[in-house]
Amino acid sequence: MVGRPVTSRDLVLGRLRAALAADDAAAAPVDVPRDYRQAAAVDLDQLAQRLTDYRAHVHRVAEAAVADTIADLLPDGGTVVVPPGLPRAWLPPTVTALPDDGLDHARIGAADAVVTAAAVAIAQTGTVVLDASPDQGRRVLSLLPDRHVCVVRADQVVATVPEALARLTPHRPLTWISGPSATSDIELIRVEGVHGPRQLHVILLP
Amino acid sequence: MTRRTFLGMPATTPPVTAPAGVGHLRGEESFPTAARRSLADPQLRRNLRHATTTIRAKSAGVIAEQSDWEQLRTAGAAIKADTLRRLPDLLEQLEEKVTAAGGVVHWAADAVEANRIVTDLVRATGADRVIKVKSMATQEIGLNEALEAAGITAVETDLAELIVQFGDDRPSHILVPAIHRNRAEIREIFLREMPGVDPALTDDPAALAAAARRFLRETFLSTPVAVSGANFAVVETGTLAVVESEGNGRMCLTVPETLITVMGVEKLVPTWRDLEVFLQLLPRASTGERMNPYTSMWTGVTPGDGPQTFHLVLLDNGRSAVLADEVGRQALRCIRCSACLNVCPVYERAGGHAYGSVYPGPIGAVLSPQLTGIEDNASLPYASTLCGACYDACPVKINIPELLVHLRAEAVESRPRPTAESIAMAAAAYTMDRPRLYAAGQRAARLSRLVGRRGRGLPPPLNGWTASRDLPDPPAQTFREWWADR
Amino acid sequence: MRIALFVTCLADTMFPQAATATVRLLERLGHEVVFPQEQTCCGQMHVNTGYQREAVPLVRRHVRVFDPYDVIVAPSGSCVGSVRHQHATVARRAGDVRLASRAESVAERTYELSELLVDVLGVTDVGAYYPHRVTYHPTCHSLRMLRVGDRPRQLLGAVRGLDLVELPAAEQCCGFGGTFAVKNPETSTAMLADKMRHVLSTGADVCAAGDVSCLMHIGGGLSRLRTGVRTVHLAEILASTEQSARSAARP
Repeated sequence: MVGRPVTSRDLVLGRLRAALAADDAAAAPVDVPRDYRQAAAVDLDQLAQRLTDYRAHVHRVAEAAVADTIADLLPDGGTVVVPPGLPRAWLPPTVTALPDDGLDHARIGAADAVVTAAAVAIAQTGTVVLDASPDQGRRVLSLLPDRHVCVVRADQVVATVPEALARLTPHRPLTWISGPSATSDIELIRVEGVHGPRQLHVILLP
Repeated sequence: MTRRTFLGMPATTPPVTAPAGVGHLRGEESFPTAARRSLADPQLRRNLRHATTTIRAKSAGVIAEQSDWEQLRTAGAAIKADTLRRLPDLLEQLEEKVTAAGGVVHWAADAVEANRIVTDLVRATGADRVIKVKSMATQEIGLNEALEAAGITAVETDLAELIVQFGDDRPSHILVPAIHRNRAEIREIFLREMPGVDPALTDDPAALAAAARRFLRETFLSTPVAVSGANFAVVETGTLAVVESEGNGRMCLTVPETLITVMGVEKLVPTWRDLEVFLQLLPRASTGERMNPYTSMWTGVTPGDGPQTFHLVLLDNGRSAVLADEVGRQALRCIRCSACLNVCPVYERAGGHAYGSVYPGPIGAVLSPQLTGIEDNASLPYASTLCGACYDACPVKINIPELLVHLRAEAVESRPRPTAESIAMAAAAYTMDRPRLYAAGQRAARLSRLVGRRGRGLPPPLNGWTASRDLPDPPAQTFREWWADR
Repeated sequence: MRIALFVTCLADTMFPQAATATVRLLERLGHEVVFPQEQTCCGQMHVNTGYQREAVPLVRRHVRVFDPYDVIVAPSGSCVGSVRHQHATVARRAGDVRLASRAESVAERTYELSELLVDVLGVTDVGAYYPHRVTYHPTCHSLRMLRVGDRPRQLLGAVRGLDLVELPAAEQCCGFGGTFAVKNPETSTAMLADKMRHVLSTGADVCAAGDVSCLMHIGGGLSRLRTGVRTVHLAEILASTEQSARSAARP
C-alpha cells in the first residue's frame, strides 16, 4: 500500500461502509412508526403517587408556604446550598443559605440540603428533570448534599416522556431524577441512598 | 486474523473481528464445561433463581402499565435498524456535533487501540487514578488491565462492579454484575478488601451500600479523571446519555475535570426525539422501573459546569464484522437492558460466567461469536434450547433464536470436515431423503435394539441425554407400518 | 375435509400413538385423512444443529410431498414451527428463491393440531372422554413460535371427565431443545428437574403436551425417577372416548 497513511478514522469508516456496500437491502430507507402514545392529560396526583412509589417525599403546598415547608424539613441553622437564580422567598429564615458563588465540593457536600427549581416533571414516570438553569444551578449542587429539595410548578408537569423531551433543550446539561439514588445490586433488594442525595423532597406547587 | 464467508458475497474488504489476547470476549472453556461447574454450586443456583425471578416479576408489572409497549418495541427496532443502515454517515455527523460542542473525538479500530488512546489521555493529565462508571464497552476491551499495566488505578464505582473488583471476580450479568453473590459473601469481601471498613459491618444491604458510599465519597472528590460508557449518543445534537441508579454515574460525569467516554459505534440514535422511545423501553425492560433513578445527558463541554475536557472514543472492535452479516447485524440493535438474560432458562441455571464473555445470556450467545469470529466462541450459539423467551422479552425485537440458528450454521461451515457429527448428519440426511431406506432404518433400529434397554447403551454423545432420562422402548409398529396395515 | 397428515419423523418412529390418535380423532370428526408416503423428516434437527446445507434436500422433499394438499396437519408444534419459520430461510440461504416461495405457500397451509381443530374446523368440544387428572405443558414452539395461545386448553376444557390442573411456571422450557439436550446435557437436566418438580407439584397422573419431543424428554425423566406420572400427547386425549376407555379398561 502506498499513499497517505490510513488513520483509524478512515479504517473504521471504511470497514463500516464495506460492511453495508454489498447489501442492497441496507440502502432502503427504514420507516419509523411512531404510533405509540405521544401525549396525555396531566394528572398531578399520578405524579405525586409515582414519586412516592420510588421513595421521594412529596409536599403539595401553595407557593407562599414553600419556606415553611422547607423549615419543617431542616434543623434550625441547617446549611442550604442555593443556586444563583433561586427565588429567595422559598428559603426560611431558620436556615443558613450558602449561595453558589463557586462553592467548593467539600462545602457543597457538607451542606444539610440543596434547594432547586426544576425544568420539567413527568407524571407517568415520577421524574423531575433539571437543566442547570439559574434557579437550579450547576449539576454538582444537587448531587453532593444529602437532601435535595426540588420545587416544581404545576405548569412544568407533563404526562409523558415524549412531551418532556419536546420541552427540553438538548445542549443544556440535563439530569433526570426519579426518586433518591438507589441500588438493587445486593440480592435485588432496593436500598435508597447510595452516592446521590439520600432524601428527595419534591414540593409540588399548584 | 479470522476470515468469514458471507453467503457467497464477494467481500472486497474482509470483515475484521475483535483481536484475541486482549479484553474479555472469549472464555477459556466451552459453555458446557463452564456450565457444569456453576450447575453444581447450590448458592449460585439459589442467588440466580432469586434474582431472575424477582426482576422478571418487576419488569412484567411495569410493562403491563405501558399499554403502547408493542408500539414502542416496533419503533425502537426500526430506529436502530435505520441507524445501522446509515451508520458511517451518522458517525461522521456525530463527530462534527461533538467537536463543535467542545469535545474531542477519537476512533479506535479495536481493543488494543482503544486502550492505548485512553491510557495516553489519562497520562497526559498526570493522574495515576481514574474513577469509572459501569460500562460494558470498557470491560469488553479490558481497559482496567491496560490502565493497571500503565501504572494507573481504575476504581469501579458501581456497587456491583466494586464488589466484583474487590472480589477479584468477573461480572456475571449485564445489569447486576454481582448477581452471583449474596449478602453474606459481599460482607466478607468488604471486610477483607475495603480500606477503612468498619469491622462491625453487618450484612444488611443498606449497611453494605452505606459502606460503599463512605469508601467512595473521598475518591469521587479527589480523582481528576473519569471514564464512562454511554447508553445513547444523539447524532443531531451531539448529546450523550448515561442511564444509572446509584449516582456514581452523576459523580463521574460531573465532578472530575476530565471525562473520557468509550462507546461502541452502534450506540447512536439519529434524533433527539428518538430518546423518547428508548427512555421508555430501557428502564422497564432492564431494572423493571418506570424510570431509573438518574439519567445524565451532556453535550460536549459546558463552561462552569462539569468536566471541562471531554473525549469520546468510538470503538469498532469487531462491530463492523457484525454489521457485514445481513442476518447477524440485528444484534447491534442491543441496548444492553439484559431482559433476555432474566427470562432465559439456560442463563438462570448456568449463570453468566459460563458464557466466558462480558456479554452473557442469549444476547451474548449471538453477539460474542460475531465479534470474535465464530471459531473462538463456537459453543455459544448452542447454549440455548431455542425456546424463544428472549425474543419476546427484547425491547428492540432482536430475533435471537433466528440468529442462534444462523450462527450454528456458520459454526458448522467454519469447521474442517469431516467430523463424527458431520458424518452422522450427512448420513441422516441421505437416509431421510430416501423413504424406503428411511423405513428400513426405522425397522433396523427396532430389531437390533441398538439403543439397548431404556437407551442406556447409546454411544456418546447421545448417552449424555440418557444419563438422566429413559428412552422409551421402540414401538411394535411405526406409524407408517400401522397405516399400511389398515 | 381432506387433510394431509405430516406425521413427523419422531412420532412416526417412536411415538406412533400420537399420530394414530390424530388420524382416529379427525376421522371421528368426519374428515378424510391422507398420508403421503414419500414424507420423511422436515429437517429441523439438521437446521437447529447447523447443517442447513444438508437440510436443503429435506426441505425440497417436504415441499414437493405436501404441495398438492390444501390442509396439512402435524401433531407437533415444533415441526410446524420449522415449516413456518425455517424452511423458506433454508431455501433462501441456499440461493433457491423458487423453493423459498413454495415453502412459504406450504407453510401457510400447515397447522398444528390445536390450530386445525379450533381455527380451521371450528370445533373445541371434540366429544372426548378422559377421566384423569391432567396437567398441560404448553411447549415453547407452540407457545412462542406458533402462538397457539389457549387453544389446547379450550380443547382440554371440553373433555368430559378430565380434571385439568394448572402447571406452575408452565411457560418455562423443559430443557429439551433437540441438539441442546445432547450438547448441554447437564443444563438440560437442570431445566428438566424443575419442570418435573412443577409437574409433580400438581398431583396430576398425566402430563400432556402437543409435542412428542418435549414429551419424550419430560417422560424420560419422570420414568427414570419412577414417579408414576405418564406423559400423553394432546391427540391421544382428544381421541379417547367412553367406548375406547371401556375397551382399554377390559382385562
